Amino acid sequence: MSDLTSLTIAGIREALATKTFSALELTDAYLAAINKANDKFNAYVALTPDKARDMARASDARIAAGEAGALEGVPLGIKDLFCTRGVHSQACSHILDGFKPAYESTVTANLWADGAVMLGKLNMDEFAMGSSNETSYYGPVVNPWRSTGSNADLVPGGSSGGSAAAVAANMCAGATATDTGGSIRQPAAFTGTVGIKPTYGRCSRWGTIAFASSLDQAGPITRTVRDAAILLKSMASVDDKDTTSADVEVPDYETAIGGSVKGLKIGIPKEYRMDGMPAEIEELWQRGIGWYRDAGAEMVDISLPYTKYALPAYYIVAPAEASSNLARYDGVRYGLRVPGDDVIDMYENTRAAGFGQEVKRRVLIGTYVLSAGYYDAYYLRAQKVRTLIKKDFEDAFDAGIDAILTPATPSAAFGIAEMATASPVEMYLNDIFTVTVNMAGLPGIAVPAGLDNAGLPLALQLIGRPFDEAMLFRTGQVIEDAAGRFVPERWW
Amino acid sequence: MSVDSNTVKRVAHLARIKVSDEEAEALKGELNTILGFVEQLGEVDVEGVAPMTSVMPMAMKKRADVVNDGGKADDIVGNAPAAEDHYFQVPKVVE
Repeated sequence: MSDLTSLTIAGIREALATKTFSALELTDAYLAAINKANDKFNAYVALTPDKARDMARASDARIAAGEAGALEGVPLGIKDLFCTRGVHSQACSHILDGFKPAYESTVTANLWADGAVMLGKLNMDEFAMGSSNETSYYGPVVNPWRSTGSNADLVPGGSSGGSAAAVAANMCAGATATDTGGSIRQPAAFTGTVGIKPTYGRCSRWGTIAFASSLDQAGPITRTVRDAAILLKSMASVDDKDTTSADVEVPDYETAIGGSVKGLKIGIPKEYRMDGMPAEIEELWQRGIGWYRDAGAEMVDISLPYTKYALPAYYIVAPAEASSNLARYDGVRYGLRVPGDDVIDMYENTRAAGFGQEVKRRVLIGTYVLSAGYYDAYYLRAQKVRTLIKKDFEDAFDAGIDAILTPATPSAAFGIAEMATASPVEMYLNDIFTVTVNMAGLPGIAVPAGLDNAGLPLALQLIGRPFDEAMLFRTGQVIEDAAGRFVPERWW
Repeated sequence: MSVDSNTVKRVAHLARIKVSDEEAEALKGELNTILGFVEQLGEVDVEGVAPMTSVMPMAMKKRADVVNDGGKADDIVGNAPAAEDHYFQVPKVVE
């Protein structure tokens, strides 16, 4: 038997059904892999081995009884942003020190109901604010990929850096992640994994620690397009506990895979051809266009004229919502408390000690743009620009475009601490191709499509109509079939 | 628009985050970089454009007006840094 931890979710499903190995053996293989490798990657911030074994034993009992669920016995890592009952749930922030929720997020409850096994909680940028996983209170995550001939540690992207690294390094079969401006797709691109941010409202936000409520969406990071379809099917649901959960039935996404793309119209937006974009990214994009053309799709040049305003509008809307959402961390109901002379002093000391630099920056920006006299100039204007960005996409889809193909990121993974002296805005530019999708609430998938000259993975992004995730799985599989899968060379 | 250190300190107080004078000085530069970056939205003609309120069109869900949860005082104070008899404890706020 080859290494159990290299199997896809689809492969696990088949092997457990034919009793090639037990769910407990599989979970034990993952726990051993984590024990061996987590010191090198820092992907997990909390492990739940006893719980994992109990869940795996229960899976084996259900398999024996012929009652296997859709994710029966599949060992998953959970981003620290999801509340998991009685288990570390801190959004990788110091301010939630010691927090163990008495409830379970809807997304993770859905996974356990389908038989999945929880291995532990995954590292991330603090409150999902970051593009390199370097803002975590628990320290950076190391990317399993290294440049050819180099031993330098690279970032796995962020904010779901722990999720992406754990999937790429075979420390879980799949992982939950969240995406507010690119936090699923950018780390997936940096690690050669598949990541999909579904339509806003597809996955319930209940029990997921909030960053920017009008943008946040949960989704999976996996090794293949099919695995992403399997995992999203279980994560997504219609949930009365989230007023923005859409009343749209969750389809069986897996049936979309393998569907022909002949005759589909794939849009190529000219505004994504940025000044100073590396030639390798442009080449990757052209290669992708060629794959679709060969598969019989019609490539259509389109224009999304407000693209360049998405990132600046995002850096008003997201911090504004964050400043409001993070007001609850005051040292009273949960987490860290630092004493003060009076209650205000206690709040200020607690938040000064509990929040990291990036979170403070964003809370201050948000507070400023919402403060008296500035609301119309900043927040209201940004929300109007957001309407225009969404209309760009609506016009393209109204003209018959089935999906839009773009690069996922403007570069491959960079070195840990390499951006330490850069301005905050330079780091924000990582999300330039992904953030439009959040602003418009649309689904977007990143699929690995090639390696750069240094041997690091690069990805293409597909953007779909609202609630047409099935189209992204159908078109995403074309990239995977043409490009193959990308697995880091094992140095650990 | 740009901010000075005093504005940073005022905003930090509104956000209930203690910042020292040195931190305010460093934050001033960072915040002005971000504010300078978002300034380009000023070029966009937004005349007659409705601000986005809901990214996906949907009617606000309303829950049934019934008691469907409760009796969890232990859980609610379970994570509190200081609690007694199901009350959160804070420094004195009323003299």
